[in-house]
Amino acid sequence: MNPDILKEERNKEWRSELRSRIKAKERTNIPRVKMPELEPEIRVKYQNREVNKGLDVAQAQREASRCMDCANPTCMEGCPVSINIPKFIKNIERGEFLEAAAALKETSSLPAVCGRVCPQEKQCEAHCFYVDKLKKEAVAIGYLERFAADFERDSGKSNIPGTAKPNRIKVATVGSGPSALSFAGDMVKLGYDVTVFEALHEIGGVLKYGIPEFRLPNSVVDFELENLKKMGVKFQTNFIVGRTASFDDLKAQGFKGFFIGSGAGLPRFMDIPGENYNGIMSSNEYLTRVNLMDASSDNSDTPVIKGKRVAVVGGGNTAMDSVRTALRLGAERAIIIYRRSEAEMPARIEEVKHAKEEGVEFMTLCNPLEYFADSKGRVNKMRLNKMELGEPDASGRRRPVPMEGSEFELDVDLVIVAVGVSPNPLVPSCLPDLKVSRWGTIVVDEEKMQSSIPQMFAGGDIVRGGATVILAMGDGRKAAENMHLHLKNHSANH
Amino acid sequence: MNKIISKEYFSDKVVKLVVENPLIARSRKPGNFVILRIGEKGERFPLTIAGADPVKGTITLVVQIVGVSSSKLVALEPGDHITDLVGPLGKPTDIRKIGTVLAAGGGVGVAPLLPIIEAFKKAGNRVVTVIAARNKDLIILEDEAKKWSDELIIMTDDGSYGRKGLVTAGMEEIILREKIDECIVIGPAIMMKFASMLTKKYNIPTQASLNSIMVDGTGMCGACRVSVGGKLKFTCVEGPEFDAHQIDFDEMLMRLGGYKEEEKKANEIYSQKI
Repeated sequence: MNPDILKEERNKEWRSELRSRIKAKERTNIPRVKMPELEPEIRVKYQNREVNKGLDVAQAQREASRCMDCANPTCMEGCPVSINIPKFIKNIERGEFLEAAAALKETSSLPAVCGRVCPQEKQCEAHCFYVDKLKKEAVAIGYLERFAADFERDSGKSNIPGTAKPNRIKVATVGSGPSALSFAGDMVKLGYDVTVFEALHEIGGVLKYGIPEFRLPNSVVDFELENLKKMGVKFQTNFIVGRTASFDDLKAQGFKGFFIGSGAGLPRFMDIPGENYNGIMSSNEYLTRVNLMDASSDNSDTPVIKGKRVAVVGGGNTAMDSVRTALRLGAERAIIIYRRSEAEMPARIEEVKHAKEEGVEFMTLCNPLEYFADSKGRVNKMRLNKMELGEPDASGRRRPVPMEGSEFELDVDLVIVAVGVSPNPLVPSCLPDLKVSRWGTIVVDEEKMQSSIPQMFAGGDIVRGGATVILAMGDGRKAAENMHLHLKNHSANH
Repeated sequence: MNKIISKEYFSDKVVKLVVENPLIARSRKPGNFVILRIGEKGERFPLTIAGADPVKGTITLVVQIVGVSSSKLVALEPGDHITDLVGPLGKPTDIRKIGTVLAAGGGVGVAPLLPIIEAFKKAGNRVVTVIAARNKDLIILEDEAKKWSDELIIMTDDGSYGRKGLVTAGMEEIILREKIDECIVIGPAIMMKFASMLTKKYNIPTQASLNSIMVDGTGMCGACRVSVGGKLKFTCVEGPEFDAHQIDFDEMLMRLGGYKEEEKKANEIYSQKI
C-alpha cells in the first residue's frame, strides 16, 4: 500500500486522538485476549458447530486498544494482501465496527474467511511490534479481523465495496478457490466483467470441499460469495475450462485474460504395500465426502466410512481437519501418525491444540510401512516403525530416519492419507504452450504471476504446489494488478 | 441446460436418456465421461458418454439401475433436468488407423463402446464387434453396433439370442480366424478381466475402459485409483482407458466393492421410500 496514504490515514484527527487517549504503558500491560471456544466434550459431537466462538464487543475493543497504531506498521509486511491493519483495528477500538469491516474489504475479498483460517502467527502477528520489540504476545489481529467481518455480516448492513465504471473487458478465472475469488474481487473493483468458472457443483474450492465447518462454516463462505456477486462477479459451476469449452472458445466469446487457480488436484500416496485396500483414502476424498457432499448426514446419497479406529497419516492442517472430522463421525480412537516430531508439524499450533483437547492421539516419529485387510479387502491393521531425527534435510528440518527393530502393529478400520498433493494436470494438459515445472506446477513470473502465455496468469496451489488460503489470495491480488496493467498496455498499443 | 429430451427403456433395468447439453455435445470425444448429480443431496457419479449430436446439442447416456443414484436418474422424465452434469472428463480414446480392431462390449458397456467403434470405423479400420449379455433382453444397441461394424457377433450366456457362450468365446473365434491389431473392451470389471486374459494369451494390444468409483472426477479425490503395471493411476484424469494387460483387475474388483455395505443400506432405505 502507498506509504503516503497510510500516513494520511494515520494522521486523521480521530486516530491521533485515539492514540493519546491511553498511555503506551497501559496498552502494553493488557494481556492478549483468549478466544472463547466451545467445550471439547460438546464440540466433538457436531461436525458443523464452530469451535472458536469469536470475541464479544468488549473483548474486541479491549484487544484493539493493545494495538499501538505504530507509525511504521510492520504487521502489514506480513500480510500477503496488504490489509491496512492499524486502520481496521483502530476503528474497532473507537467502536466503528462497520468502518473496520470496510477497511478490511479495501484489499481482502474474504475477510471472514481469513480471520478464521489464516496462520496469523506466521504472518501479520509474527511481525507485530509486541513480538518484535516487546517480546510479548502479538495483538490478536486474526481474532479482530474475524470480529469485524462477523459484526458486519450479523448487522445485516453489509457494505459493498465500490467498483469502477464497467470497462466491458471480459476476464475469467479457472477455479473458484481463494486465489480465484481474490482475483475476481479485485478485477471487478477495477471495472472488469469477471466470470468465475468452477468444475464442481459448488463455488468456493477448498473453502467448501476441504476446510470443515467446525473451522469455517459454509454460511460464512456463502456470505462472502454473495458480496462478490453483488459487486458483479458472475459464477459458472459445472464448467471445466479447457474441456467443457476450450480456451479458444472463450477467447472467441471475448475473454481477454485468464487467471488459473485450479488448485492442488491429485492427492499423494506413499506407495507402500496394501495402500489400495478399501478403507484407505486420501484426505481430499474423506473431506470432500463429508464437507462438500455432506456424507455424514442421513439424507445424503454420498456414503462415507465411519471408522472406529482411525489413523490419519500426516502432520499438516489437512491431517488435523481429517482426524477431527473422524472424531466427530464417531471414532473411538483417532490418531495422528507423523514421521517427524511435533515441533516440525506444519499444522497451525491452534489446530494441534484443538485436536489434543478433543482427544486426538498423536503418534509422532512413526511411519507406516504396510497395510493389511480382511478377506473382503477392508483394511484392519497397519504396520509401522518408529523414527528418530537425524541431520537436517533440504527443508531445514531434521530428517526422520527409521529406528532399527522398532516395528509395531496397530489395529485400524479407516486410514486417511494426508501427505500432500500434486498439481492438477487438467488445465496444463489443455494448453501445450503453457510452461510447467518438473512437478507439474505452472511456471509464472513471481512478481506478476504471469505465465508463459501472456494473457494467462496463475496463482495458488497450481503454482505453489501447496500453500495456504492467504498466500493464494495474495497471488490472486498480484495477478489482478498485473493483468490490469497488461490489458491496459495491450489495448493502448492497438 | 441438462434437460432430458427423451427416455427409452432397453429393459427393466437399462435406460437410454438423451440429455440437452450443447457444450458437452460439441466438446466430447469417444471415450470421455461425465459426472452427474441428481437432487441437492445426490451423490456425484460417472457415466461414459454413449453418443452426442452436436447439431441438436444433446448427449446420450445409457444407464443401468444398480443403486440409489441410477434409480434417481432413471426416475427423471422428459422435460426434467439433471441437477448437475459436468464434462467431458477423462482422456479420449486413442483413435488411429491401425488395421483390424476387435471391440467387445458386455451388458451396458456396449453403449460407451458405440462412439469408439464409430470413430475407429471412420478412421478407416476394419471393425469386428462382439456384444454380449446374460440373455436376449439384456442385449442392447444391436442395430447401432452393426452400423459401425464390418461384422457383429452376439453372445448370450443362456443362448436365448445369438450364440450361446461368454464374450470371450466370441472373441477367441475371431482371433483364431484373422489377424487382430488392437482390441478394446468395455463392460463389467469381471468381463474385462477375462477378455484381457484372453488377448494377453494372443499378445494383442488391448484397452479397457474402467468404471471406478469417483467423487469429483477431476483428479482431486483419488477414489478411482487403480494399479496399472504396478503403478498408481487415477482413472478420472489418466484413464478411463488403460492397457488392459497391465491392469490389476482383482484389486479393481475389490475396490469397486469398497462401499458395498453403505450402498446396500442406502438402496434398502430408498426402495422403502418409493
